[in-house]
Amino acid sequence: MIPASFEYVRANSIEEAIGALQEHGDEAKLLAGGHSLLPLMKLRLAAPEVIVDLGRVDALRGVCETDDGRLAIGAMTSHQDVIDDDLVRQHCGVLADVTAHVGDAQVRHRGTIGGALAHGDAASDLPAALLALDGSVIAQGPNGRREIPASELFVDYLTTALNDDEVVVEVRVPKLDGDWGWRYEKFSRVAQAWAIVGALGIVKRSNGSIEDARVGLTNMGTVPVRAAAVEQALNGNGTDAIADAAQQAAEGTDAPGDLNATPEFRQHLARVLTRRALEAAAG
Amino acid sequence: MTKLNITVDGEVHDDDVEPRTLLVHYLRDVVGKTGTNVGCDTSNCGACTVHLDGRSVKSCTVLAVQADGATVDTIEGLADPSTNGDPTAGWHPLQKAFHTEHGLQCGYCTPGMIMAAADLLKENPDPSEDEVRHGLEGNLCRCTGYVNIVKAVRTAAAEMRGEEVSA
Amino acid sequence: MTAVDTPPSANVGVTKLRKEDAHLVTGRTSWTDNLKLPGMLHVAFVRSPMAHAKVTGVDVSAALEQPGVVAAFSGADLVDNWSGGLPCAWPVTEDMKSPTHLPLATDEVRHVGDAVAVVVARSRYQAADAVEFVEVDYDPLPAVVDMEAALADGSDLADTSLDSNKSFTWQKIDGDIDAAFDGAAHVTTRRFINQRLIPTAIEPRAVVCAPPRETRETTLWSATQVPHILRLMLALTCGVPEHELRVVAPDVGGGFGSKLNVYAEEAVCLVLARKLGQPVKWTESRSEGYQATIHGRDQIQDVSLAFNQDATLRGMKVELLADMGAYLQLVTPGVPLLGAFMFNAIYKMDALSFTCHGIFTNKTPTDAYRGAGRPEATFAIERLIDEAANELGMEPFELRERNWIKHEEFPYTTIAGIEYDSGNYEAATAKAKELFGYDDLRREQQERRDRGDKVQLGIGISTFTEMCGLAPSRVLGSLSYGAGGWEHASVRMLPSGKVEVITGTSPHGQGHVTAWSQIAADALGVPYEDVEVRHGDTAVAHKGMDTYGSRSLVVGGYAVQSACDKVVAKAKRVAAHLLEASEDDIEFEAGTFSVRGSPDASKTIQDTALAIFAAHDYPEDMEPSLDSDATVDPENFSYPHGTHLCATEVDTETGQVTIRSYVAVDDVGKVINPQIVEGQVHGGIAQGVAQALYEEAVYDADGNLSTGSLLDYYVPSAADLPHFQTDRTETPATTNPLGVKGVGEAGTIASTPAVINAVVDALRPMGVNDVRMPASPRNVWEAIQAANGGAA
Repeated sequence: MIPASFEYVRANSIEEAIGALQEHGDEAKLLAGGHSLLPLMKLRLAAPEVIVDLGRVDALRGVCETDDGRLAIGAMTSHQDVIDDDLVRQHCGVLADVTAHVGDAQVRHRGTIGGALAHGDAASDLPAALLALDGSVIAQGPNGRREIPASELFVDYLTTALNDDEVVVEVRVPKLDGDWGWRYEKFSRVAQAWAIVGALGIVKRSNGSIEDARVGLTNMGTVPVRAAAVEQALNGNGTDAIADAAQQAAEGTDAPGDLNATPEFRQHLARVLTRRALEAAAG
Repeated sequence: MTKLNITVDGEVHDDDVEPRTLLVHYLRDVVGKTGTNVGCDTSNCGACTVHLDGRSVKSCTVLAVQADGATVDTIEGLADPSTNGDPTAGWHPLQKAFHTEHGLQCGYCTPGMIMAAADLLKENPDPSEDEVRHGLEGNLCRCTGYVNIVKAVRTAAAEMRGEEVSA
Repeated sequence: MTAVDTPPSANVGVTKLRKEDAHLVTGRTSWTDNLKLPGMLHVAFVRSPMAHAKVTGVDVSAALEQPGVVAAFSGADLVDNWSGGLPCAWPVTEDMKSPTHLPLATDEVRHVGDAVAVVVARSRYQAADAVEFVEVDYDPLPAVVDMEAALADGSDLADTSLDSNKSFTWQKIDGDIDAAFDGAAHVTTRRFINQRLIPTAIEPRAVVCAPPRETRETTLWSATQVPHILRLMLALTCGVPEHELRVVAPDVGGGFGSKLNVYAEEAVCLVLARKLGQPVKWTESRSEGYQATIHGRDQIQDVSLAFNQDATLRGMKVELLADMGAYLQLVTPGVPLLGAFMFNAIYKMDALSFTCHGIFTNKTPTDAYRGAGRPEATFAIERLIDEAANELGMEPFELRERNWIKHEEFPYTTIAGIEYDSGNYEAATAKAKELFGYDDLRREQQERRDRGDKVQLGIGISTFTEMCGLAPSRVLGSLSYGAGGWEHASVRMLPSGKVEVITGTSPHGQGHVTAWSQIAADALGVPYEDVEVRHGDTAVAHKGMDTYGSRSLVVGGYAVQSACDKVVAKAKRVAAHLLEASEDDIEFEAGTFSVRGSPDASKTIQDTALAIFAAHDYPEDMEPSLDSDATVDPENFSYPHGTHLCATEVDTETGQVTIRSYVAVDDVGKVINPQIVEGQVHGGIAQGVAQALYEEAVYDADGNLSTGSLLDYYVPSAADLPHFQTDRTETPATTNPLGVKGVGEAGTIASTPAVINAVVDALRPMGVNDVRMPASPRNVWEAIQAANGGAA
């Protein structure tokens, strides 16, 4: 219930935060909303020696359009602010809908999009969504900024491609302009629990057929995954292809086993939920 | 120790705290706001829900130092204190409705439940039963089975909209 | 519902808004953890990370060097402070084995979370830090986690001081059980697993103890359901004279049985406060509590029913393995035995055989959890009746009606030898079926089956009764329980005409202050607002048996009524004296004594209170007092009953169960406060549904608790539960003057089988005839797979 002691650094700018990270190395942890880190610290599963609080870095909040036609969401934007943001709702409503499944109301008020992605938990909802959207994060370090595509961000269990001295400053997602539909099928034991499996289907429809299908899967491995075989089987086909295509949803996944599901049951759920998500998205 | 300036239930507090101090422990042990309870250590139960700059948060999952410069409102500041005498006169509609609809038994989850509901009603002044149930998914009650909590929230919502509250 | 304006003589039976609420909705509460005493120190426990090990060394020296640490003790350091181990008050057999249970383990730890040392520091943060500096050397021993394996020859032992893992075997056979089964036309047999649960009262446990100051009295505040029992047992365990110990249960945030105990932390805090001469506080964290506070249920049930050709019941056989966990806590071994009187439930039969084996494992001890023994029994019989109906090709209600006790047969002595005083199963069932729309749902179910819908509809029935209101003291004695089941109340008329009621019950959410006020107001003829009820402090309520087993109203409310009746009798004598009339001519109505035939000559009960206070003029042969005590010992248990109906939608692709509708018609006899009764039923149903669908405490093969926090132990939120539609029938109890029956546990007892019967009913066409609890998607899906012969 009580975190171990730590040294507290309140960053007033991104540069200050990076400086603190450089100074303390892997003894330091960034604190965004705190809804991934603080629970671990309270159970003393994490005990960083230095906490670098990003709460005062106002530059990390808010949503804008980028020159290349995407949305840039400040890493410290809370889940609730993502859900409520007009640009997000207008151009990338799927992100708002998936974010509405994160945690509960109180968690969404504090938790941030950057924090959730940097935590890199394959069982949480946003990593699979970023992956399915072909989104990316902008990381800033001592040598400036770089863009890390979602496909490269999630490396292993709770491990991302971020360096110890990098700060996620932005999340970038495409504008889904055109006839897109989506559905996130989150399957969990109770409303506030993590997904046993989550399947996000995103479909661009064109002349009665599927022009572009994306499927992101939550909690089907150590990292979030795309159901690539399903996507390939659908692109260019009609919606009647969904049921067969969804049978391939578990291909290439590495479903974990736990009290809630054996790997076999997870694979089964992935197929069923992918079918349902895609049917709803295409409908 | 880190300096802290927080407005709690309308009163300004300046304190030095260990950075690791959880907001709920700051409220309970330093400020003396024991109306806000702790029911778990995993951010599940919601008993510790307060408003931080107007939004509901679980104060067990916020460091007090993160709330520096912010406004915190707890269950103890929810009623209008100006109406002395009749103890129920200044109650927030949610406090009244939890009482009239029997939305509490042991009362331990109640402060968090009411604070979560108060924020929910700011966002959605006329929630359906289902919207109330999902809006309160971050708060656990072990006594009531939630039936009367849902009823109480919708009764309070009606009063806050200025509608006649039926029995 | 809102309060109805009624004359002061009509409080009972009417919804009065709770007197308890004002401080709870405004946060002006007094939970144990809120207490802050001058010089108060904070206690934290060092707990075993192993399920079973020898403790070969405990070194607290490094902890003593930590900032703010005042003291630290190992189990060995404190061993001389215990007069005995933590108590088990229910030695169910003479040869029952019970390991010594010291508040701090000395040489052997027997479950994860067993406390081995304690640190005391100036703040709770410092105490938490210092725990990590206590060095404990463990020599691991094999962990016993499986009850059946625990009974095998050569099994590892959960406690190395015992020669087997069996604590006791308890048997009760009524009727000729062999004849019942030998001549049966049909026998239905099943094994049911009633899984381990964690009560999870939302307020974690907490203890504050203040050492003697100006008197010799030590005061212990605890989040407990049982301040009176705790006082006695702590006095015995810690060697503190009972009269020098005061126990206070301030605001207590739910219990459900988990605070019906005498815990190590209470004993340790008592000893530490006295040893250090300073107040101490300990507050449990939730995940700590999941290891250190009792669990519930955990039975393997082998059950059989024998039927005649005409589907009438001949007999029932029950054989239980009941997991005690590592130690026998206050009533651990007695919990499953309550089922000996309940497996036959509402049904008539000629023979009942009940055998229970209590088994030790290296897990947190089990004990009473809401329903305690009766939910397990009710689950088994109501599930088994459904299975039997299916095997016999009968509608499940038809089989129930063929065998249940008919309303005209009450009072009815059951095969288990107890007398059900009153009931009307037909009426409750008829009402429930109508509210539920039973026939329409059956039609829809058939349509979905015919269509082969992916989402199937199931209808679950639970026609339950239970025995509560613990309890007649002589019966408890015959069951080797260590105490009586009486309850006490004091009622005082104050000079101003106001009333103080002091009750031996100890509420933690049940609304006793309100309900007892209603009873006293009507009995004394005073306004409801003029009654105050005090409880939960042994210095105020000097006598009581506390709150558990749905006993408070049927025993404690009865005591309030009796004490009030005695006060009225005294007041009547005073009134007769003042009115210069014969007592025989005095009538009492709505708080006023009048002389029969002379309506102008009257005195209010308040007039008599003032007169007796002044004591200038009162009957010569009485004391000047309008106080009375009553200690009542009930003549029988209380037998609420009802019919609960549940409709579930089961997604046969994913195993997801959704409750579509739930109807409960309960008969709890006369009702003091309908709103409170309804609330008790709602909450009870929710906990029973939680067992059916969500909750299970799981241990791994090494005895680690895999569901160690609310992250993995799924307590349902509002979003996970449906609306419950409740109604009542009212068949008054004949065993107490109020006509009331217990209601605290009824919903929990009834609802679990209703839900599981509905889940199985939905899947029946797929060949499924049982689903392991909780009916999680995984368990449902695996049941479907098994019925399909394992094919996906």
